[in-house]
Amino acid sequence: MSSKIRIGVIVFPGSNCDQDMVDALSVYPQVEVKKLWHKSANLEGSQLIVLPGGFSYGDYLRSGAIARFSPIMTEVIRFASQGGFVFGVCNGFQILCESHLLPGALLHNTSHKFICENIPLVAASSTAAISASLKKDRTYLIPIAHGEGRYYADEATIKNLQDEDRIIFKYSSAEGVVNQEFNPNGSLNNIAGVCNKGMNVFGMMPHPERAADSALGNTDGRLILDGFMQQLFGEELVKAQSVSM
Amino acid sequence: MKFIAEIDVMPHAALLDPQGKAVSGSMKNLGLPEINNVRIGKHIRLEIEADSSQSAHEKVEKACKEILSNPIMEGYSFQITEA
Repeated sequence: MSSKIRIGVIVFPGSNCDQDMVDALSVYPQVEVKKLWHKSANLEGSQLIVLPGGFSYGDYLRSGAIARFSPIMTEVIRFASQGGFVFGVCNGFQILCESHLLPGALLHNTSHKFICENIPLVAASSTAAISASLKKDRTYLIPIAHGEGRYYADEATIKNLQDEDRIIFKYSSAEGVVNQEFNPNGSLNNIAGVCNKGMNVFGMMPHPERAADSALGNTDGRLILDGFMQQLFGEELVKAQSVSM
Repeated sequence: MKFIAEIDVMPHAALLDPQGKAVSGSMKNLGLPEINNVRIGKHIRLEIEADSSQSAHEKVEKACKEILSNPIMEGYSFQITEA
């Protein structure tokens, strides 16, 4: 039996960032990344489950609404409720909200345009594993690519997220100013990502896996993934990666 | 017995509906400035096999709550008739 850390990347019909995510997480030698088909009901011993970006079920009905009922999601919900780590990016974040593993919903961007550009983020939470290792005095330039990314939740939920340090990323200016001027999609309080109360389920609209290789001209996403992996599985894992920066 | 449900799913009134707003704007260009506050939702029609009208209502209620609408952003209403 392999003693490697297992990460499962779920593939739904219409997922299209699954391979990017596998590539981005395969740089750590002690990690074995495996794709898991949505019809399977077996997480295959994964210690982290990733829901990648894309257009699961063609975004029919609402983004993420139908994927939430894929057979594997029953297992993901069980895994998360037992404290298992789950990470959703873009459509993965939408699916986690539809599954009630994360609070809130992702509405059509205020502009009603599909936005595809690099946006600076500030790491907002000092306690959540995904942002705890990141520097608070700089921004991270990460691509967003979505039509429905306007984070919305009722006032009480937003207050809880703030009070419990569960807002993981916020859209900002390059200098880290967070206000409406630097809000690409109309998200409440510039929220780009949140985590659950147990701090084991994380969701964000920006794509760190698309900025995690020097060949892509931007490695800010690598810093986010490294920080996350370091928090979950230890510093040694990150140090040992095959350096591509 | 077979029933037919006609379901409307609408974005909550308090939420900005960018689609509806864009269509409102186009009304002026069409020469119909009297039309405004357009809001766009979905109409869903489906068939239900159920023993009674009440049972059909319960099934549609569950479908609306759990998949056809997202209560955070939308409300729903429906009418059921016997097919």
